[in-house]
Amino acid sequence: MSEPLVQARGLTKRFGDFLAVDAVDFDIAKGEAFGFLGPNGAGKTSTMKMITTVSPITEGKLTVFGLDPAADGRRIRQRLGVVPQEDNLDMELTVAENLYIYGRYHDMPRADIRRRITELLEFAQLSDRSDSPVEPLSGGMKRRLTIARALINEPDLVILDEPTTGLDPQARHLLWDRLYRLKREGATLIITTHYMDEAEQLCDRLVVMDKGKIVAEGSPRQLIAQYAPREVVELRYPEEQMEGISERLGWLEGGIEILADRVIVYTDDAEATQRELTIRDIHPEQVLVRRSSLEDVFLKLTGRSLVD
Amino acid sequence: MSVSLPTRLTPPGRMTPFRAHRIWERNYLVYRRVWKVILTGFFEPVFYLFSIGIGIGELVPEVPGPGGVPVDYTAFVAPALMAASAMNGTVLETTFNIFFRLKFEKTYDGILTTPMSSRDIAIGEIGWALVRGALYSTAFFVVMVAMGLTASWWAVLTIPGAVLIGFAFGSVGLAATTYMRSWQDFDLVSLVTMPLFLFSATFYPLDVYPTAIRPLIRLSPLYHGNEMLRAFSLGIFDWTLAGHITFLLVMGLIGAFIASRRLDGLLRK
Repeated sequence: MSEPLVQARGLTKRFGDFLAVDAVDFDIAKGEAFGFLGPNGAGKTSTMKMITTVSPITEGKLTVFGLDPAADGRRIRQRLGVVPQEDNLDMELTVAENLYIYGRYHDMPRADIRRRITELLEFAQLSDRSDSPVEPLSGGMKRRLTIARALINEPDLVILDEPTTGLDPQARHLLWDRLYRLKREGATLIITTHYMDEAEQLCDRLVVMDKGKIVAEGSPRQLIAQYAPREVVELRYPEEQMEGISERLGWLEGGIEILADRVIVYTDDAEATQRELTIRDIHPEQVLVRRSSLEDVFLKLTGRSLVD
Repeated sequence: MSVSLPTRLTPPGRMTPFRAHRIWERNYLVYRRVWKVILTGFFEPVFYLFSIGIGIGELVPEVPGPGGVPVDYTAFVAPALMAASAMNGTVLETTFNIFFRLKFEKTYDGILTTPMSSRDIAIGEIGWALVRGALYSTAFFVVMVAMGLTASWWAVLTIPGAVLIGFAFGSVGLAATTYMRSWQDFDLVSLVTMPLFLFSATFYPLDVYPTAIRPLIRLSPLYHGNEMLRAFSLGIFDWTLAGHITFLLVMGLIGAFIASRRLDGLLRK
């Protein structure tokens, strides 16, 4: 395997007394879709900002394209496409002008930019909004324009910080479809998310972050296999019955997680677990059986729900 | 609708060390749509010239100009109005407009993920304010010439002179903007520029002020701007001119240095 595109060793970011990223190690290879999964405040965005060279690292080592962000920031950024968590489109410019000026920031010749704008507007399904101001666009459209803008310079690495947060399901699926296409065409993607389904859909490999640390690493499938049994039975109870629940369910093997309104039971055979519950005369208000997901991996690792 | 995307096949292009002019390109795109707004920057000093210069000029035929040489009142006040408008124009551009992009639209956060740097942004924005200022000054200069208010061809130096005034105020304005927290703070901007406009020997010579106040007036950067443009416009030169130019130049350089440093600290955390 060739040298990793991004390599971090003991990478640390501190804001005053607050430790945002705590000595993390990771390697991101060319052509892979690499995910950072974690709740808000886990340190995902701080890590992204260090990779994009806009945030100086506090300690440790980081190379991007084999270059040092502190010394070769410009050279690194020239090959990056960045989709920030919050859209920062240029509101004083039109849709096409937003793409155009980013091409100019990258020193691209005007003719190349014009050709590229046509392609990217089509890719982002915004061709008919080319001369529109940015402000009236929907959330999904703005997001797609931000992604198109990140691709103007034909980047070697595209960094997407929570690309679908705040979008409705339809807009999310359209966006996933576009990102999937990028991936198929060989782009290297770094994606942060707090949605398990997004990580499962898009990422070849991911790390789970919590409180500035990496707590697990692997492919979505590996992580689920390693940390969570095959199936999950969710038992929902009214609030008043949640008290003392751990004693009543303590006999369950494979482990349980007790949340505010429900108990999550990990099992390799959901049917058997359900039968056992009936035999022991345990009748929750509602029972839900499902396959285990990355959410369960996260719960197992941290004892907390991911989306909060 | 298959589109070939993205993964670069061509090697990365050459690096351009200087790219502050990309900000000009951006601002050009913005302002070509709102060119009418730009016109107001031209009319403001012209209206002042017509009302104060010509009106009061009827009552006060002559005042002592630079070096005590008596000059026509309208010719006395015109270069000062040019200086004041250079100040107002660049301060407006580097405070309100920049604050909007910096804090609300987060325009610069996006720009910094490209090869652009915060120094490019600082130099680009100050430079843009100067280009605008130069356009206004040229237009105002034409009005002055047409009204016969200039003494010699030396008066053409008022244009670069006005740009220097813009540089001094624009970079200090940008530096000040990096300290602003909310729109309320902008009341302070007019609290500074308004008295500067009124009390910088703009409408009457320094000698009119009480002796005790004069050193205070000399601290006003606009006073140096006014005196410099007056010297150019009336073609009266002496050694004080070097002092005025140095004052404004140093002020501009210090402002630009602070602005660039502060902007970097704000944008790259």
